[in-house]
Amino acid sequence: MSTEQAHGSAEVAARVERRWATIAVIIIVMMALLAAFAGIHRATMPQPRVETIDPARLHLSGEFVESNLGSVLEANGNVTVRAIGQQYSFTPACILVPADTPITLRATSADVVHGILIQGTNVNTMLVPGYISEQPMRFARTGDYLMPCQEFCSFGHEGMWGKVKVIDKAEFAGRAKGGGRLSCVGQ
Amino acid sequence: MLVNRKLILAHFWLAFAVFGIALTLGAWQMFIRSPIGTWLSNPELYYRSLTAHGTVMGYVFPTLVAMGFGYAISEAALQQRLVGVRWAWAGFWLIVAGSVMAVIPIALGRASVLYTFYPPLIGNVFYYLGVVLVVVGSWIWVALMSVNLRVWRKAHPGAPVPLAMFANVAGSYLWAWTAVGAALELLLQIIPVAAGLKSTIDAGLARVLFSWTLHAIVYFWLMPTYIAYYTIVPRAIGGRVYSDSMARISFILFLVVAMPIGMHHTFADPQVGAGFKFIHSAFTALVALPTLLTVFTICASVEIAARLRGGRGLFGWIRALPWDNPMMLALAFSFVMLGFGGAGGLINMSYQLDASIHNTQWITGHFHLIFGGAIVIMYFAIAYDLWPHLTGRELIDLRLIRTQLWLWFVGMIVTTFPWHWVGILGMPRRMAYFDFGDPAIAPQALSVTFSAIGGFILLASGILFIVILARGMRAPRADAGPYQFALAVHQPTTVPVALNTHGLWVALMIALTLTNYGYPILTLALSEGTSVPAVYVGAQ
Repeated sequence: MSTEQAHGSAEVAARVERRWATIAVIIIVMMALLAAFAGIHRATMPQPRVETIDPARLHLSGEFVESNLGSVLEANGNVTVRAIGQQYSFTPACILVPADTPITLRATSADVVHGILIQGTNVNTMLVPGYISEQPMRFARTGDYLMPCQEFCSFGHEGMWGKVKVIDKAEFAGRAKGGGRLSCVGQ
Repeated sequence: MLVNRKLILAHFWLAFAVFGIALTLGAWQMFIRSPIGTWLSNPELYYRSLTAHGTVMGYVFPTLVAMGFGYAISEAALQQRLVGVRWAWAGFWLIVAGSVMAVIPIALGRASVLYTFYPPLIGNVFYYLGVVLVVVGSWIWVALMSVNLRVWRKAHPGAPVPLAMFANVAGSYLWAWTAVGAALELLLQIIPVAAGLKSTIDAGLARVLFSWTLHAIVYFWLMPTYIAYYTIVPRAIGGRVYSDSMARISFILFLVVAMPIGMHHTFADPQVGAGFKFIHSAFTALVALPTLLTVFTICASVEIAARLRGGRGLFGWIRALPWDNPMMLALAFSFVMLGFGGAGGLINMSYQLDASIHNTQWITGHFHLIFGGAIVIMYFAIAYDLWPHLTGRELIDLRLIRTQLWLWFVGMIVTTFPWHWVGILGMPRRMAYFDFGDPAIAPQALSVTFSAIGGFILLASGILFIVILARGMRAPRADAGPYQFALAVHQPTTVPVALNTHGLWVALMIALTLTNYGYPILTLALSEGTSVPAVYVGAQ
């Protein structure tokens, strides 16, 4: 191979390589733009705000006292669910919510790191002691869903399974009439 | 020129011995939590095993492979006796001491916190000190790689640093900085609590610090594999590296962008705001770039080999490849697993899609496919390639080697594909058993059974691997000649300073880490009232 040929082939190689690098960069920029678009336009994004809470005082006062846990129908028709995770159960162990309703899940941990995952949905968040997790959710159909703890929380982790019961919107409204906090524990 | 063969062999043997133990534990775990096992009367045994499996596979095994391979590269690529052999042995023994120190509390059930630590769970202090010793031992290696390159530069002013050594040193710097996150978590947060000096810990801050290490550590595991792609495979199959500069750019990109992306592990966490989560997501997309470049360059290098062997046509050249060569086979398997694993990774790092699979069995399937599959199969290939040069004996039985690689590949697919699937169904991670009698969980039983069978195929392959290496120690003597790395099509005579030194890129790596991690870490560290009581694990 003469020097000239070698020089030519090196140029061809570099050109092909540049083309591929350009394609790769375009793919990556597209992915980032898509994520930004979906995040801003469709408001699908991980939890945006950071809220703190003292896990040692959860049971004494504030949002996560026992009498305030469960589902509540807000004045605007939305539902707020408050729950805590502790070794090795959720309170309430069975969460009752209506179908076709915007729901806000607010949860925290009383001891170690736990996680809430509702099977068959993309509801999935960590419970880190000291912080409040908030996640919007909406169930299209009624039914029962399993809600395992998805993070290792010590030796009883495998037994930490909660439930979510999605019922008809009107039925939920009927049950909520009496006020108080709803759950499906023991049902 | 491999002079310190004993040192390198010691690293490899220890690496593969602990790998064998951890692999056995892994197979047992797959079995015991599947429908074919019976429920453990004491689930704690499962978490004990899981902690040992993760600690060995995450911290000890790949570190020893990177170190042993690093010493081999330093001697063979620089053609220079290793400087600081005593220090190297000190590093090795620190790792031995650290591993023993960590494993004893694990075996006693005093440190079943998993290799990811999970404060406020706190185990026995010696577990954490053992891990620290392992990391300190590996930092000696980092320093030695740097010193050896410096010595070589002095003797060869201005000459292009051989690609293998350039990449090796980049990998060592990446590791040094990557380990800092977990080191901060251990030294400032966990160890004071485990030693009884404090009783509270900020779990949110700990998770962010650990994410600093947890993602980039994967690229440290990956480095030996990528070095093998670029500098061993083309030589072993009779080809040339398509482009020396593109290889250097890929390694530099890993060094710079592998670091400031770890917070994609905390998308579902409440202690980090959405802004930094998005930044980390975007940077994670960027880390796909060096892999896309590598896939192109390696495929092109392989095509060169095929055409030199008389391959013709647009795709017809694939048939001309030396498929009976273990290196060719390992590369092909590695690429297939890298492709599937990489595609899964793009889903994990996605700002939106992550919620569907976060902390499900999908994640476990994903990193076993990437690390256990794409990366570890090349560790095997590296060992096979180096062995004759280290032992002075021939590895004769190529058929057995091919069988071992096939078993590993098939085993990994059978294990991880159903694993991904049950993850999509919402099966959570790290559980000692599942109630397959529950109608909602019953559909996952078959997939979990397949995974368990895959686990046993992997175990068979792992045993075969160790047998092949052990037999290689007693094979007839044969001179393998000097150890050589692949040449580029256009072997560089001069290389721009930026592609021949690491200083600028290390500075950029540190700067990007500080911009992407500095603010979240400072905010968390300075916020009051977020420290929570520690929860001690095991009998106290």
